[in-house]
Order: sequence, then C-alpha cells, then structure tokens
Amino acid sequence: MNVAAGWSKRVKSRAQTRKQRNRAAQRLFAGSAALIFLVFFAIVTMLVQCSLPLWQSVSPPQFITGRVWKPDQGLFGLLPFILGTFWTTGLGIAFALPLSLLSAVYLAEYARPLTRAVIKPVLDILAGIPSVIYGMWGVLVVVPAVQSIFAPSFSRAFPHAGLFQSGNPTGFSIISAGIVLALMIAPILIALMVEILLAVPLALREASMAVGASRWQTVKYVVLPKAASGLIAALILGTSRALGETMAVLMVVGNVATLPRSLFDPAYPIPALIANNYGEMMSIPLYDSAIMGAALFLLVIVLFFNILSSLVLRRMLK
Amino acid sequence: MNPKRRTRRRLAQFFEEAFWLTLMRLALLSVVIVLGWILATLLLKGLPAINWELISQPPQGGYYLGGKGGILNALLGSIYLAGGGTLLGLIFSLPVVFYLATYLHHQSRQAALIRLMLDVLWGIPSIVYGVFGFLIMLSLGLRASLLAGIITLAFLELPILIRGMDEFIRTTPEEVVQSSLAVGATPLETTLKVVSRQTLPGLITAVLLAFGRGIGDAASVLFTAGYTDHIPTSLFEPAASLPLAVFFQLGTPFPAVQQRAYASALVLTIIILFISLLGRWLVSHFNKFLLR
Repeated sequence: MNVAAGWSKRVKSRAQTRKQRNRAAQRLFAGSAALIFLVFFAIVTMLVQCSLPLWQSVSPPQFITGRVWKPDQGLFGLLPFILGTFWTTGLGIAFALPLSLLSAVYLAEYARPLTRAVIKPVLDILAGIPSVIYGMWGVLVVVPAVQSIFAPSFSRAFPHAGLFQSGNPTGFSIISAGIVLALMIAPILIALMVEILLAVPLALREASMAVGASRWQTVKYVVLPKAASGLIAALILGTSRALGETMAVLMVVGNVATLPRSLFDPAYPIPALIANNYGEMMSIPLYDSAIMGAALFLLVIVLFFNILSSLVLRRMLK
Repeated sequence: MNPKRRTRRRLAQFFEEAFWLTLMRLALLSVVIVLGWILATLLLKGLPAINWELISQPPQGGYYLGGKGGILNALLGSIYLAGGGTLLGLIFSLPVVFYLATYLHHQSRQAALIRLMLDVLWGIPSIVYGVFGFLIMLSLGLRASLLAGIITLAFLELPILIRGMDEFIRTTPEEVVQSSLAVGATPLETTLKVVSRQTLPGLITAVLLAFGRGIGDAASVLFTAGYTDHIPTSLFEPAASLPLAVFFQLGTPFPAVQQRAYASALVLTIIILFISLLGRWLVSHFNKFLLR
C-alpha cells in the first residue's frame, strides 16, 4: 500500500514538472518572439533619437527639400540624395521590369518543366551573389561601355533631349547604377513572379483555352489580370531592395551631390551618403545626426514599401 | 462570322502569339546571357590573378602599393564574422521558430503579425543595419571589432534564419503535431522530440542562406567590423572581410592591387557557390527522412 501511494505521488509530481517545464519554455519562446518586435522598435527609436539634434536647427520639410548639402556651413539639404536614390532606383526598375515580367511569363506559362527546373536554382544562386561582385562588374564593364558607347551615341542621336546630354566625362552615372541595379533585382523579381503566376489556378487557363483563346490571349486576359496585384507587390519588393542597395550603386554612380539633370550625370544616393561619411562625420557638429536623419528617411520609405508588398504577397501566395 | 474575317483573325492571333513568344524568349535569353557575362568576367579576370600566396598569407608591408602578401586576413575575417553572426542569430532564432511552430496555431493572428514583422525586418537595407549596429556598438562602449560585426550580422541574419526555418517547418503535417499532443506530450516535448526533427533540412537551408548573406554583405560590417591587415585573435580586435577587400583593392590606382580585387571577388563567389550547392545537396539528402 505504501508502495502504491509513493508511485501515484511520483506520477503526479512528474506530470507537474513536465507542465512546469512546458510553461517555462513557452514563456522563454514568447519572450524571444517579443524580441523580434523589440529589434524593430530599437532600430526606429535609435535612429529617431540620434537625428533629434538636427531637427532643432533644420525642420524636417527643410531637410527633405533643401538643395544644398554643406555640413561645414551647417547646410543640410537632402534633396540631391533623395533624387539620386529615386533616379537610380526608378531606372533600375524600368530596365528590370519588362525583362523580368517577360521572362517570368515565359517560365511560368510556356517553358518545359525541365527548363524551369534548370533556371530556378540558377536564379537562386544569382540572387545570392554579393552586391560587391555586381558593383565590380559594373566598374569593369558597364562604366566603360557607358563612357565610350552609350553617352556619346545617345547625345548625338538626341541632341535636343536634355535627358541624354551631360558634361560628365566619366561613365560613373545614373544609367550605370540603373543597369547594375536592374541586374541585381532581376533574379529576385523573376523568381517571385514565376511563383505568383504559378499560383493562378490551372482551371482558369483551361477554361480560357476551352473557349478558343490562344496561349498568349490566356496570359493577357486571364493570367495577368488575376496575378496583377501579386506582380505589383513583387515589383514593390524589388523597388525596396533597390532603394536600400549600397555597395554596388556606390561603386558605379559617381557620388557627386548635385541635382541630377540627365541620365549620364553622376548622382549620390542616400545609402552611398551614409556609407561614405561614417569616418569623418563626428568632427562636424550636427553631421552625425544629419546622417541619421538620412538613414531614418530611407528606412521610412523602405518600410512603407515593404509592409505594402508583404501584405499583398501574403494574400496571393498563401 | 464570315470565313474571310475568321481567317484574318486567326492569322492576327497567330502573329500576336509569335511576337510575344519571341519577345519573351529574347528577354529570358538576355537575362541569362548578361548574368553569364558577369560570371565570365569574374572568371576571366580572377583566375589569372589567383594563386596560393594570395589565399594563404595576410598582407605584408607595402601590400596596397603592389607588395607581397595575400588576403588571408579578409578570408578568415569574413568566415569569423559570418560564422559568428550565424551562430548568434541561430541561438536567438530557434526559440522563435519553435514558438511559431507549436505554440501558435498556423493561421493565428499573432503568428501572422510575427511573420509580417520578420518580412519587414528582412527588407530593411543592410546599410541601416550597419548604422544600427554602429549605434549599439557605441552604446556598449565597443570600438569597431569582430564582436560588433558579429552582433550586426546577427541582427541582419535573424529574419532570414527564422523565416527560412519557418517556411520549412510549416510543411510538417498538422496530424503529426496533433498526434504527439494527443498521446499526452506537452507542447515543449512535441517541439523538442517531434518538430525539431522536421526542422533539420530547413535549419541547414536557413543557416547556409544566412551565412551566404552574411559573408557577402559589406555595408553592415563597414563601420562595425572595421578593416585590418592582421588576422583577428580576439573578439575585440577589428576584422577584415572579403567584400570590403574587393571594394578597397578595386579603389586603388595600382593594376597589381586591382588584380587582387578580382581574385578576392572570385574567392568570395566560389565560397558562395559552394555554400549554395552544399545546401542543395544536404537538403535533398535529408529530405527523405522527413514526414510529410
């Protein structure tokens, strides 16, 4: 009898320890999940806090629309950098979008499964190649090509279009950065777009073809409209990648803080500004908080794009 | 519809199809060609410049003017940085993955919120992580060092690790988890004894993906890890890294040093290709042990 009592007691306590352990683990796991949110808020608050001193001498609208960036005179106008960021990103997207969309439609709708099976890992590997490598290729191939071929021929072919005229003698320019960015985001865009197109139900295609539509008509009237929001989300994701891209752009864009007027002018995007000025910014008052303000601006834009694309993509793919 | 119009329509349809198909083929072909061109340039420029001295020795005196030495400092520095960052990130990401897998229901609002937050963190540019790491470094009283670089990379890799494992773990059949719970296992036991076995291929993929991202990222270690010609011997010394070695050597006006930039870039790419292929092989190897 004694033995039986001891046994039942032991069972009870063992179940209790298991429960306690489970509860402790749950608390630990939930705590580390909360850490994710903490990281996010830490990034935002630290940037806000470090940019605070700047707002006492320059108001945020002034900061964003100011055209002159002369830290030693206390002039902090971010506009050249904002325009540099948007020009390079916009151009990169303009190059990458048609190529990626056409390639993705081909891979999803026309290609044999074998082709798709070969291309997919290649795209994954290319998406993993470091940005420095793309930047190096830009310096070796794109910049000389822009300098000796694109810039002269475009300015001769369109003598009255200001977009193609530039006094920049080097190939380090917005268009070089656009080309390099397009190549960097194309693998990501294609992979994502193929996935989105394949998520369109097969039955829709069958229905379209059953009433006599050709393959392209099916793509045009059924698949693309159905996948449109996902494709746009993919594009936004690619844009936010391009906005924050640092090294590859920094290496080919020229880094001159002027308002760009032509595709062949140099520019100075925000990530390059941050990367280039970390060394000396401590010696000039307000310089560090101006850089933090620039980082904050970049972060806010990227966050907006990111949240938008994740919300849409989640609905499309799940 | 009269037959003539129908024929004309068919013809238009045919040409439209052919036109777009050609355009699509050209698009894909040009993407593949240009990306192949990148790899070809890398090989053509890098292969002649690569030699044993380059990858087995740190830089010697006058290295950046074309003197003797190699990039061992950057090679080891990169491996330390990415390895440390991945390890630190893994320690913090595993509990989150387990929490998502067993404690929260697949479609719960809380899980969706955590995943959204991770996607957002994944999309934050590495330069912003670099700034964040730099601020943390200052507030901890550190200087640019291996430790600061590792911490920054851990933040950068955290969302990649969690999302990578999470995507894999989600393919675990709901029944497996339910049966484990049904026979009386606590969620913790289910996690450690059932779910964790399902995690292995996902863990490998995520770790290699994160390591590859970490080893290739320059913007985040630019201010946090610093750059040095010495091989770091403690966590508090600065460390060089391969992407920065490529960047700095390419920026010098000496062709002999630029050659080394090409070689460094090739070494970096080979490491990343190796990691990627290893990941693929390991996943296909371990996939057969999974329940699905």
